[in-house]
Amino acid sequence: MERSLRGKVAIVGIGETKYYKHGQSPEPEFKLALMAILAAAADAGIDPSDIDSFASYSNDRNDPSRLAAALGTKELRLSNMQWGGGGGAAAVGNAAAAIITGQADIAVVYRALAQGQFQRFGRAASGGTVSGDNALINPYGIFVPAQRFALKFMRYMHEHGIGRDAMRAIAMASYHHAQANPRAVMYGRPLTQETYDNSRWIAEPYRLFDCCQENDGAAALILVSAERAKDFRHKPAYVLAAAQGSDHRNAARSFNAPDFASSSFGPVAPHLWEMAKLGPGDVDVLQSYENFTGGVLMSMAEHGFFKPKEANEFLTLDNLLAPGGKLPLNTSGGNLAECYMHGLELQIEAVRQIRGQSTAQVPDVNVAGIIAGPMVTPVSTMIIGSQETL
Amino acid sequence: MTYLPPGLPAPVVENDGLDLPYWEGTRQGVLKVQRCGACNTWQWGPEWLCHHCRSWDMRWVQVEGKGRIWTWTRCWHAVHPALRDHGPYIAVLVELPHAGNIRMLGNLIGDPHQEVAIGASVGAVFEPHDDAPAPYTLVQWRVA
Repeated sequence: MERSLRGKVAIVGIGETKYYKHGQSPEPEFKLALMAILAAAADAGIDPSDIDSFASYSNDRNDPSRLAAALGTKELRLSNMQWGGGGGAAAVGNAAAAIITGQADIAVVYRALAQGQFQRFGRAASGGTVSGDNALINPYGIFVPAQRFALKFMRYMHEHGIGRDAMRAIAMASYHHAQANPRAVMYGRPLTQETYDNSRWIAEPYRLFDCCQENDGAAALILVSAERAKDFRHKPAYVLAAAQGSDHRNAARSFNAPDFASSSFGPVAPHLWEMAKLGPGDVDVLQSYENFTGGVLMSMAEHGFFKPKEANEFLTLDNLLAPGGKLPLNTSGGNLAECYMHGLELQIEAVRQIRGQSTAQVPDVNVAGIIAGPMVTPVSTMIIGSQETL
Repeated sequence: MTYLPPGLPAPVVENDGLDLPYWEGTRQGVLKVQRCGACNTWQWGPEWLCHHCRSWDMRWVQVEGKGRIWTWTRCWHAVHPALRDHGPYIAVLVELPHAGNIRMLGNLIGDPHQEVAIGASVGAVFEPHDDAPAPYTLVQWRVA
């Protein structure tokens, strides 16, 4: 028996709340989660109480049992948590696997964040003591992802001769696409080359616009088996592949991962292509999680969209823009300019591209790639496709 | 005089004692890391088990405090209250070629605006924090 997710599950509903700057949501986080799930159910045209399975990631605080009680869920069949911030695609893969193996019927993948109510990621807690790995890192002023992942990309730039232009192109593509997307937090706030170049350093080699926003909001996707998918009102977006993991000893303490200067997709991406029965050249549009521009660059290289030495040549603004670029990237504005919903907004945008509903639509999309949070462990990645790809 | 201002989190030994020899060593100006007694693999940070041969015989051995810069960052944005208004500072990840190329993080002592070169030779500098409630010593680095 072939072990594969390919074509067996489809995304039939997508939902989001309004996206806010961090700390500005008028609603508490749990309510945001409910709002996004109800929106996704409405988009799918299902009774929300028929959702029987819940999958999330990154230690989302909104427990499926409470969600199920609040939603009047008739029967709770799956409560699934993917450890780590790189799990947006893994959560979809986990839900899909549960559906295929008879452990779930209608699943929702969700993520909600209200950072006024809770703590920001980019700000360290004050005082106290630290132990373990943090004791070898925090006393030197290294706390947050921007700093930790600066160390990775600084080395990668050195090894492969990566230039500033490639990083700028990634940032400007997201901001360009956000200008067509009224949902984007940075809608109406275009980014020029000059503004990027003059922006302040956060942690070298990252300037302000190399770094994602932090936001409040929630997003959700509804998954069902492929057999049922045709009965729904929108064109199904079929899961063609999902893969998660990381390379050898990625979490070795004190930044001792052998392949530290990477996005962690080295051994993961080949599993993706094998399951999808596709290669990088088949992807019509790509959403790639920008926690930092450098992570996108390494993610794309590790997925084989270009070789590291070709990054400067491939990553030009023209190549990355919808509708006609060689590989349109982050067509809703992504984490940098639409919303940092831990990348789940990227899955939703990929579904829109398959349906033909994006505000930066690429013509005739059949294959859409979504690379979830890079440079962490585990990472995850997925491919969705139209009926034509089955 | 410490490289970074007071108020950053103070390191303490793990409650299972795994890294006690490291922190005891730095107080005495000695740099100790793990090496497997069975297969001689160097290991950093500490773990109970040798990642190469799965031996439990992990020993603490003294190594010379020298290495070369493997990667670095200059931090400008203050992410911790103690760093507010401090200005930029440099963190370096130093590779120890004489100890299996293990890597250790530290600050690069000196001008925070200095040019930093990957591959540059550096030497360890022990930075005591004697006034902390539980005194400790950090290992810092200086261009050799």
